[in-house]
Amino acid sequence: MAKIKKKVRTITVNADKCNGCRTCEIMCSAFHAVPPYSSNNPARSRIQVITNRLEDIWMPVFAGEYTESECMGRNKYIIDGKEYNECDSCRAACPSRDLFKEPDSGLPLKCDMCDGEEQPVCVKWCLVDALVYEEREVEVDEKDVKETMTEMEVGLESLVSKHGFQKVMDTVARLSKKG
Amino acid sequence: MRYAEAGYYLEVDLATGNIERVATDPKLMELHLGGLGTSVKVHWDRVPPETKAFDPENLLVFSTGLLNGTPVFSANRTVVSFISPQSGTLAYPMMGGFFAAELKYSGYDKIIFKNKSPDWVYLYVSNNKVELRDASHLQGRGAVETQELIRKELNDPKAQVAAIGLAGENRVFTASIEQSRSSASRLGGGAIMGDKKIKAVAVRGTGDVFLAHPEAFMREMQGVTDYIKYRWENPIKDVMTILSGIGSPQEMLHTDEKWHTENFAWGNARTRRRDFWTEEIDESWSKSQHGAVKRLISCYNCPTHCGALISHKDTPRYMAKCFGKLTYAMAAYVDDLDFSWKILQRATEYGVDSFSTPQILAFAVELYEAGILTDKDFKGCPSDKEGRFFWLLDRVARREGIGDILADGVYFAARKIGNGAEAFDHNTIKKHEQLPIKLGTLDPLYFLMYSTNEKISITQMEGQWPQSAFPTMEQRQEFVRDWPQIPDEKFKQIVLDWELRGEKSIPYFPTPDMCSEIVDWMEMMHNIDDAVGMCCGMSSFCLKPPYHIHNYPKIISAATGMDLDEAGLKQIANRSRNLHRAYNNRLGIRRVDEKPPEDHWKKRFPELEEELLSTYYTYKGWNNDGIPTREKLEELDLGYVADDLEKRGILKNGQN
Repeated sequence: MAKIKKKVRTITVNADKCNGCRTCEIMCSAFHAVPPYSSNNPARSRIQVITNRLEDIWMPVFAGEYTESECMGRNKYIIDGKEYNECDSCRAACPSRDLFKEPDSGLPLKCDMCDGEEQPVCVKWCLVDALVYEEREVEVDEKDVKETMTEMEVGLESLVSKHGFQKVMDTVARLSKKG
Repeated sequence: MRYAEAGYYLEVDLATGNIERVATDPKLMELHLGGLGTSVKVHWDRVPPETKAFDPENLLVFSTGLLNGTPVFSANRTVVSFISPQSGTLAYPMMGGFFAAELKYSGYDKIIFKNKSPDWVYLYVSNNKVELRDASHLQGRGAVETQELIRKELNDPKAQVAAIGLAGENRVFTASIEQSRSSASRLGGGAIMGDKKIKAVAVRGTGDVFLAHPEAFMREMQGVTDYIKYRWENPIKDVMTILSGIGSPQEMLHTDEKWHTENFAWGNARTRRRDFWTEEIDESWSKSQHGAVKRLISCYNCPTHCGALISHKDTPRYMAKCFGKLTYAMAAYVDDLDFSWKILQRATEYGVDSFSTPQILAFAVELYEAGILTDKDFKGCPSDKEGRFFWLLDRVARREGIGDILADGVYFAARKIGNGAEAFDHNTIKKHEQLPIKLGTLDPLYFLMYSTNEKISITQMEGQWPQSAFPTMEQRQEFVRDWPQIPDEKFKQIVLDWELRGEKSIPYFPTPDMCSEIVDWMEMMHNIDDAVGMCCGMSSFCLKPPYHIHNYPKIISAATGMDLDEAGLKQIANRSRNLHRAYNNRLGIRRVDEKPPEDHWKKRFPELEEELLSTYYTYKGWNNDGIPTREKLEELDLGYVADDLEKRGILKNGQN
């Protein structure tokens, strides 16, 4: 199997440094507003600080792939004396929770590493260094290289999953007639 | 579209259960910005001066600031305003935390509560869904506990809850409103909530906050961020550690408490322990603090670490901030910091102010030791210092026995107890407990700040002016070298001329004229902060802060779209300040009320103090009784206020 090099862009989270301020949420939602920074709303953010304050959990989690079904796991783990719900660390938007979904449409959101910026804005504005941007090269099997879905594709896929392909097609056809 | 502000108030009539979403006039922002400014206007328009704190007509207003919910770092304060049961004036304690931003995202700038609920309720605000919910099951629960219970009940970990504990339910005059790692704690907001039978307010919002000019706004944000980083890397020289950086004094981060413990008075604001901070204490307190502080935390959108999650041995966890770390231990004369973590937890659950309450407890101990309170009053009280304080705290929060009298605060308790107890009320201004600090020679700047500000609490009035003269010219030159925050270059010369001793030292220097200008500057910045919802720790309470009179107009303009310059911003701050002043004048405040405690400074200068007050009043455009003149009020578009004051005989027509 042919191996190819792929550049991976990611954010390393150092949860112990997080002071829980949620600036990452604010700046993410502001950057993705249209036009950029014209509004902000942490509910639209692709990074969320999961909190259980008295349990000492302040954990920034950035949005991963959308999953169309709920997972079966709801395990709890104790790490360094802190109790984590499995859901706390999951990066997926899924039908069982509101996390990483547009509050208006319910469509899923996915971190795009603020494409076009030097580094994701959540990292840039995290002044306590809980978030660190990393770029690294990895070798992967050629067949595993799949183009990252665009934002529109992620949205469409979730609509199809929710309403069925035909209904989405019918809606698009109806809208296009309206011109 | 409205920028920065939501444009709606939420009006809740607790008597009928009626809830309305009311659009506001955009003109209000131009006249008073928001936050404290517009809240004062609401009270002026709707609460007549005959109203007493526990009358149904007393409004309780939870307000966001103009910049809350925008990306402006540290704009996260909620202003809670009401007529105080303690001072009888318009109080406005503030809290950081996360409440204000969530309310703004819900689509409201303020929640206005009127009348009283017949049963215990909590208000739940979630965007357009707003409801009063039964809180009978929460009665008697702690303020931290209640927040957690409501979050579970709503199944929403991001709901922000402001709650009262038992003290608020029992209308203790020093009852606070607790929320996350913060609290609105001065002057009895918790008592007003309790009187209206509101156990808590929970908010969750998922709406947008809009900015008018995003590019200009982000340029300013970048400048602020660059400065924060610069100041972190370059602490101000020759000032104490807690003042050398930015953010509120970070008591949870720093363990060195030499300055506070040796300069502030212990007990009932009596004793300075000048040699307290020994190596042994340093070691023991540092160990205690490092053991108790589980994590340093901030408020919403703030890069500092003023608060902490506390986990001390078997004490239930809670979040603490700032000076509460010291107040109970110092008031009880307990030298073990472990005591602080324990009693602060109970005090936080009860929901009591950690400035006033320890002083009230220390006042009771002092009366007992003086024989004015007796064994009968203290029946069942342990004899050790720690046990005594816990016992007294329980009595106050529950209003049991002597606690019922103490729960009204030192001023009222002293008068009720009588038998000489009044002489032990030596640290209140306008019936409100002050910072326990007793010093040497009168400080003219602090004299004015203590006496005249509507906050009636010095701890958040000072800030941008050095607390004392620098000993050497080199230090002064270094300090003024890089000081863009000042409103006028002439302030630099005052610092350069200001000596520790001799002709140009306190109390006669800075001169009354200079003092007036400096205090006016402090006051202006605090007023702007309180209008935009900025934490004064990042602005007016901070030496050389990131926000100041030169960048604020640009930030506010970019956020709101208002065409605002420095002169315009000063005019707005002045307008709101004078409206607040007139409101409290209407409630009875006069020159005679504007005096610090007699023993606040060892050396007093009665004539100079009168001159200071007169000079300051004149500078502010107030008459000799501290009431804004018609001329001043008209200059600030407050002619209607002058009419009202004249109608009531507070301002005499033609005499100013």
